[in-house]
Amino acid sequence: MRNPLSDVVTDIKPSGIRKFFDLVTVMKDAISLGVGEPDFDTPWHIREEGIYSLDKGRTFYTSNSGLKELKVEISNYMKRTQNLLYNPDNEILVTVGGSEGIDLCFRAMLNPGDEVLIPEPCYVSYVPCAKLAGAKPVSICLKAENQFKLTAQEILEKVTDKTKILVLPFPNNPTGSILEKKDLEEIAKVVKEKDLFVLSDEIYAALTYKGKHVSIAEIEGMKERTILINGFSKTFAMTGWRLGYVCAPSVIVEQMIKIHQFAIMCAPTTSQYAAVEALKNGDDDVEMMKNSYNQRRRFLVNAFKEMNVECFEPFGAFYVFPCIKEFGMTSEEFATKFLQEEKVAVIPGTAFGECGEGFLRISYAYSLDTLKIAMKDLKNLLQS
Amino acid sequence: MRNEILSAIEKNSRIDLKELAVLLDKSEVDVINEISAMESEGIICGYHTLINWDKTSKDKVTALIEVRVTPQRGQGFDKIAERIYNYPEVNSVYLISGGYDLLVTIEGKTLKEVSTFVSYKLSALEYVLSTATHFILKKYKDHGTVFAEKHEDYREVVS
Repeated sequence: MRNPLSDVVTDIKPSGIRKFFDLVTVMKDAISLGVGEPDFDTPWHIREEGIYSLDKGRTFYTSNSGLKELKVEISNYMKRTQNLLYNPDNEILVTVGGSEGIDLCFRAMLNPGDEVLIPEPCYVSYVPCAKLAGAKPVSICLKAENQFKLTAQEILEKVTDKTKILVLPFPNNPTGSILEKKDLEEIAKVVKEKDLFVLSDEIYAALTYKGKHVSIAEIEGMKERTILINGFSKTFAMTGWRLGYVCAPSVIVEQMIKIHQFAIMCAPTTSQYAAVEALKNGDDDVEMMKNSYNQRRRFLVNAFKEMNVECFEPFGAFYVFPCIKEFGMTSEEFATKFLQEEKVAVIPGTAFGECGEGFLRISYAYSLDTLKIAMKDLKNLLQS
Repeated sequence: MRNEILSAIEKNSRIDLKELAVLLDKSEVDVINEISAMESEGIICGYHTLINWDKTSKDKVTALIEVRVTPQRGQGFDKIAERIYNYPEVNSVYLISGGYDLLVTIEGKTLKEVSTFVSYKLSALEYVLSTATHFILKKYKDHGTVFAEKHEDYREVVS
């Protein structure tokens, strides 16, 4: 029999998060700080709107690019949060989570041999999606001494004639690092000079704890070069609803819609109705959740400080990324030991790229009580 | 800062103040000073414990009583409210808009104890025109806290 599989797909490595968690599932009473999704339930008024849409029999497909009403609300949201103007008719596409947006963007824009710059450590999807699109992923290793921010110089070191897209995953999973306006301005200069496009994954935009989130699309001359990806999962605690969106120039959106319509048809209808309610009346919920995350973030940063574990202060998402190099173990060894001896699961930094070596990703999408127990356990581990 | 402290301790009045200072990114001294100031200004009026008495062996009955009264010249409802809230059995007294005037909650050991209070003390007060007593059968949620079992963490592992 012939090999039934595609070489491109079989070459893709399985996710490092998964690999580690296979260990966790066999351990029953382990505390996990590994999950990268909100611990809050979707606010009730949003869930209720989803239920109401079912009650009314709104169970049909929506148009391929999404409900008109939802695209209008997304447009309003982008305007009120970031002062960005996107036309709901041709510059917004509603997707099945932000992750579909990443895939669509690469497939719609890349030709075989094109290069994609991917700052690491980062979310696990970019490299495989770039490969699936026939492109070549090129990693940029972010440095702890820069608080894991991307610098213009680092782009210049990796850019070639073939580079087409720069991935900008900030606020960052797994480091919690953010880029501020001055950082973005430097990056924008290089992007324009080298004639690149930016996939700006802003799924954690609403969870920024130092001033307001700034999108690179807000920098002059960048909106036409930016594919902005956002979604409802992290902002409104709606991960299971599978709903995200892309805001981009119409020439790009138009091609993305083609792939989306042939592969997906449309995003889930119930989720879209619930999302309209989220954008219309959900700002207070976002604020409440953000305050809660912020308190947990401060608690963890302080806990590491008290234990003398090196950890830069992250200002975004819901992760801290402490350095464990001083303990003479690799990330994976440390995480395994932490799990086996104290029954606490955290993700080794290497799950997010090789330059995550020496770090751990700790999620604070957990109650303060859970975090307290875990930090006490970590203290035990370090003392033994 | 005051509102931040209040919303934190409203849900957890036993929180360690050093920890509270970390959570709010303030100094411990500032937090302590602010709390004592709010105590003396009567903003913070007490630190209570939310108890689900149904899970204990202690018998307890709570009733909500709608009370219609005649307001008194020069004193409105205040005087009659005072006469009611001075009874130790009375848990809370609110002046209400709508079909009646005062909403009184009272706690007793038995139905009989509560009804005796209503008929012999409350209804008998001068200016009280009528009462309607509603016994609470089950508390699902109180002070923003749901009394049902805590739900588990259903999050599964994804990439």
